[in-house]
Amino acid sequence: MSTRILNLSRREFLAAGVRAGVGLTLGLSLPGVARVAETPSGQSGTLAPPVFAPNAFVRIGADDRVAVIAKHLEMGQGAHTGMATLVAEELDARWPQIEILAAPADAKRYNNLFWGPAQGTGGSTAIANAFEQMRKAGATARAMLVQAAARAWTVPEQEIEVSEGLLRHSASQRQATFGELAAAAAALPVPDEIALKAPAQFKLIGQDLERKDLWPKIDGTAVFTQDVERPGMLVAVVAHPPRFGAKVRSFDPVETLKQPGVRQVVSIPSGIAVLGDHYWAAELGRRALKVDWDERAAMVEGSAEISAQYRRRLEQPGVAARAEGDPDTLLARAARVVRADYAFPFLAHAAMEPMNCVIERRGEGGVELWYGAQVQTADQAAVARTLGLEPTQVRINTLFAGGSFGRRANPASDYVVEAAEILKAIEGRSPVKLVWSREDDMRAGWFRPAYMHRMEAVLGEDGLPVAWRNRIVGQSIAAGTAFESLLVEEGVDATSVEGAANLPYDIPNLKVELQTTELPVPIQWWRSVGSTHTGYATETFIDALAREAGRDPVAYRRALLAKHPRHLGVLALAVKHSQWGQPIAANRGRGVAVHESFNSYVAMVAEVTLEEGGRYRVDLVDVAVDCGIAVNPDIIRAQMEGGLGFGLSALLADEITIEAGAVVQSNFSGYRVLRANQMPQVRVHIVPSAESPTGVGEPATPVIGPAVANALAAITGRLYSQLPVRTA
Amino acid sequence: MQILTINGAEHRIDAPPEMPLLWAIRDLVGLKGTKYGCGIAQCGACTLLINGLPQRSCVLPLSATVGRAITTIEGLDDRVGQAVKSAWAELAVPQCGYCQSGQVMAATGLLSRNPSPTDAEIADQMAGNICRCCTYHRVKQAVRRAADALA
Repeated sequence: MSTRILNLSRREFLAAGVRAGVGLTLGLSLPGVARVAETPSGQSGTLAPPVFAPNAFVRIGADDRVAVIAKHLEMGQGAHTGMATLVAEELDARWPQIEILAAPADAKRYNNLFWGPAQGTGGSTAIANAFEQMRKAGATARAMLVQAAARAWTVPEQEIEVSEGLLRHSASQRQATFGELAAAAAALPVPDEIALKAPAQFKLIGQDLERKDLWPKIDGTAVFTQDVERPGMLVAVVAHPPRFGAKVRSFDPVETLKQPGVRQVVSIPSGIAVLGDHYWAAELGRRALKVDWDERAAMVEGSAEISAQYRRRLEQPGVAARAEGDPDTLLARAARVVRADYAFPFLAHAAMEPMNCVIERRGEGGVELWYGAQVQTADQAAVARTLGLEPTQVRINTLFAGGSFGRRANPASDYVVEAAEILKAIEGRSPVKLVWSREDDMRAGWFRPAYMHRMEAVLGEDGLPVAWRNRIVGQSIAAGTAFESLLVEEGVDATSVEGAANLPYDIPNLKVELQTTELPVPIQWWRSVGSTHTGYATETFIDALAREAGRDPVAYRRALLAKHPRHLGVLALAVKHSQWGQPIAANRGRGVAVHESFNSYVAMVAEVTLEEGGRYRVDLVDVAVDCGIAVNPDIIRAQMEGGLGFGLSALLADEITIEAGAVVQSNFSGYRVLRANQMPQVRVHIVPSAESPTGVGEPATPVIGPAVANALAAITGRLYSQLPVRTA
Repeated sequence: MQILTINGAEHRIDAPPEMPLLWAIRDLVGLKGTKYGCGIAQCGACTLLINGLPQRSCVLPLSATVGRAITTIEGLDDRVGQAVKSAWAELAVPQCGYCQSGQVMAATGLLSRNPSPTDAEIADQMAGNICRCCTYHRVKQAVRRAADALA
């Protein structure tokens, strides 16, 4: 494999070099900070000048340090390490000489190539979209270093070898570090074309390189938004309405302002903000605040009413997201129809770091923000609209995010806009750190929507399905957002039906229908999005059909997947490593599931023990994943482990309920999540592959639920269709 | 005025006695490694050691800690703590990292009291610390690795 590319013009390169020379030599290097490239505030890299800056992603200092500018948010998934690995591979750098700077908000240079002109991280796209781009960035830098060495030593470029951060000419026994050649390389034109390594030449890709954020996240020095301090900064908390749709009628700040350390109380569109010297002062001030809420426009229904409405809508046909053959007639005429109705609750993301954001006014009229920004371009535009600025006047310093699971890619930039509103309300007089409590975070909404599915099938004489109808009822995540034009087509939100409309099983009469509902509950993507419910419904239902036909669930799937080699590949690998088909105790069971999401394929075999009173324990999970070329196998294993844990939490415990427009749960006392003693042993098996890499952050999440439910079904014979499944 | 002993150093803190230790350490002392996650002793992100025992600093009033030895992640350098941190690195436990200082402190507290825990004891003791990245598989392995290294 050899790829030719066109590179930046020399003029752009020179401009980039000048910017980098200034930006990267300012300021302090704070250990553990996801340091930000090229900001004027001083939180930048510290490479020694002159700095070689061949493109937007690579900086090499005279001190032989290499900075990789990461365009993707590090929220735990390993994107920083992945970006750096791709650059270091083609640069032939030493891994320890690489450090990482977070890219500034600049969609021109740092857009997600899968998203057009938008910078952002999500949909398990980081490695996939940047695979060539980051390698080209590294290869370009390497080629220029080689050229500089060839000139300095007056030897042919072809005779120069690069390995582990050193350039060598063996005939003349000369060698140089990158740093020694940085100044000379910076004076050369950027080549127009560059060749990339063939996979057989990879040295770093495919290795378990140590994460660049490993030690700061062990010794407590990693800096999150919550840890940012600015001179004169006030901490803000906000009294939010208790019900969706309620507003402030009036408020009385007298008692709040008596609290020591409380500085100001201001009204903003989303509630009343209390600003204090530190969090505890602001929090006590909020507790003393008297707010009269105007609830005339507030949501009145709750989860029970929503469920009743959805059940009625399950009876009516929806918009077809896929239609092949004539399943309606077959279902109407069949002597026996297998049918199940599924219910999925609202789910909170509940990242360990509740939403927060630091914002301050800059001298020349713009603003600067520090937080775990996930879709910088959307947030930049939203803050600009809020404050009457141009997007380029909104500078974003992207820090480590304490988890996201989709939450920080908020279509309305909700908490970021709230921070901007507070800054506006105090006329920019001091920097503001907006801090949400756990309760604020959990009650704000932006949940994984509640859904219902009706699954119906007719089996043929061979026991395989001849007709399949899957009706889905739920809110659209994309409707009414900037993503609508991208994701909604002819009334079908792709995120509502993904994983169902592209069902891989070969069934001649097949229909997937969608009924899109509208509710005042704010909703958004939650790790693996549509597959959170479609993966569960389709994979438990296919298992139910196998039971109905009296067939082995693995053999049944194989019979229907002949056209899908990658599904078959992961299925075979997971089964091979498991004890599938071996004898097992009566109170124990094995279940299987296979599902593709975000172009990655995952199969799992779960072993489950049923205990007293219907309680159950997941003992062991064999996971097989096909994500193309494995850039960092250990990070892939970690994402499979964590991703399935996140999905297991939703099977075992997670549930948001709403009563009269108010969220019932407020903290981890009511919103139960997976804990260490519920986590199974996990064995991850990676399919060897030469395909382009695809994502790993999400694809494990939707597979564990059906694998475990199918294991329970193997013991009890029941189909578990109401989530969460707290007892079997 | 309260005097707290944190990582061996005395800090004079002008704050009401009912202020949670977490916020005093983070916002007044300026040690940011101890994290806020829930505020009601449900998640363990704020775990630190008081006289060697793991405590939830988000619900612990300042007044209850006067005269006691407080150890935060920044000051964790005893033999057990070092072994725990090494095991955490060997197994590459952290993902987003936000809960990890609490996990490391909880593991250190566990092994300080019980140097050779069973797998069930590790799972049950570490169940007090939520990780939404669900690094639990490696958390449990790392506690075992640290226990073996200390044995």
